Amino acid sequence: MTTQELIIKQPAIALSADTLLYATGIYKTFTLHNQGGIKLPVLKNIILEVKAGECIALTGVSGSGKSTLMKSLYGNYGIDRGEIWVKHNNHWVDLAKLPPHKIIRIRQKTIGYVSQFLRVIPRVPALDVAAEPLLELGIDIDTAYKKIKELFSLLNLPERLWQLSPTTFSGGEKQRVNIARALAVNYPIFLLDEPTSALDATNRQVVVDLLTAKKQQGCALIGIFHDEEVKDKLRTRELVFGVIDNNKISFG
Amino acid sequence: MKPLLNINRLSKTYGKLKACNNINFNLYPGQVLGIVGESGSGKSTLLNCIGSNLEIDTGEIIYTNSKNEILNIKQLPEPQHRKLTKTEWGFVQQNPRDGLRMNVTAGANIAERLLNVGVRHYGNIREEAKYWLEQVEIDTNRMDDFPHTFSGGMQQRLQLARVLVTKPRLIFMDEPTGGLDVSVQARLLDLLRSLVRNLHLSVILVTHDIGVVRLLAHRLLVMKNGQMVESGLTDRVLDDPQHPYTQQLVSSVLINN
Repeated sequence: MTTQELIIKQPAIALSADTLLYATGIYKTFTLHNQGGIKLPVLKNIILEVKAGECIALTGVSGSGKSTLMKSLYGNYGIDRGEIWVKHNNHWVDLAKLPPHKIIRIRQKTIGYVSQFLRVIPRVPALDVAAEPLLELGIDIDTAYKKIKELFSLLNLPERLWQLSPTTFSGGEKQRVNIARALAVNYPIFLLDEPTSALDATNRQVVVDLLTAKKQQGCALIGIFHDEEVKDKLRTRELVFGVIDNNKISFG
Repeated sequence: MKPLLNINRLSKTYGKLKACNNINFNLYPGQVLGIVGESGSGKSTLLNCIGSNLEIDTGEIIYTNSKNEILNIKQLPEPQHRKLTKTEWGFVQQNPRDGLRMNVTAGANIAERLLNVGVRHYGNIREEAKYWLEQVEIDTNRMDDFPHTFSGGMQQRLQLARVLVTKPRLIFMDEPTGGLDVSVQARLLDLLRSLVRNLHLSVILVTHDIGVVRLLAHRLLVMKNGQMVESGLTDRVLDDPQHPYTQQLVSSVLINN
């Protein structure tokens, strides 16, 4: 290809000074090549703007594309069309057009992701699993451990588990390791995929308090919350998803 | 961030077979690049073309060394190239027998790379060897034992120590966890992760094991019939594969961890 691609350095519309993420015209279709090339359109012209201190709840029936959008905003899924503007180190970058090594930087500093499931590394203690993002930022190990221990204590994770690999932990224990891992870093943007799904009422409230504090510090939160009570406490707005049914297939 | 290594239009044929067909990629400092594909896809050939002097037909291998000099590897005089592979580069073979000298002690295996770069002080060399044995979690009491008395996992870690002693910036690995049982594999993977982070290593890792790249690699190349069919962030390639072959590869993993 000889034509130089036009590189747009900022969103086309003027955004408020406290906007941290602006996604526009997002389209995503899955093509299953090994199942007869079937096409599953999941996202169609999604627009989303999130400001500091806001918490956007993504709602809609299962299969409506909530998780797909979350994964697209993290660069975990590629989108077909659209722009995902993220304020990174005070500059706008379009995540949809960034090369992989730059997306890695965005994930280290700007966007944190709390998934439902912890990716367990055999043999690595919970403390190290949770401290890893801090260490990758170059924070010294003692400071990192201190921060994680504080969060583990707040989240009522029994101290006897800290030095064990989470391989054998319960769902709720793993989820708390995952939450500590993400919330330890001062990301301006958090993506939360059912962060409290495996927690009891006490720990749900701890997570709500931690996330409320993040909001007050000026973080932008985008989340899927199946727990209505958690959602009501956190969300400032909702983005409601409908199912695209032009070929009668929904995607889970 | 500037790439450490640029591979431009690299091709390699064996007779009529195109083992590597027009391969392009960049490797950035501190990152692990995984190359996956089935047997015969050309992934090991690609690794050997870059890392161990297998002659290429066309294309360029550009490396920026520790002095910030940009080197065209194909045009590099042989003594300089050999020096590079013994200092800033390291190669970890799938079979430790290919990467170790089995007839000298563990300590001597590590010392060899230091002797090659002109270190002569015996006491220092022994201290260094001891330090790197500790880093790869081998009991330093085993320093004077021969590698054939080591288990497969230990031999693999000894190979790592032998390579790490010259503080390389770029490491090539061919199926490093290949012959190891699962718990030994996990230990080696964990060790590799911390070494990459603490020593700021860049790694090109060839494997057919999707679980290994999921844990280790930042970026992934998928090869089939000598061609690179897909590349990108590891989690994106595995979770949202675009190419029919990658979709097949990912869906055939029994336990999608």
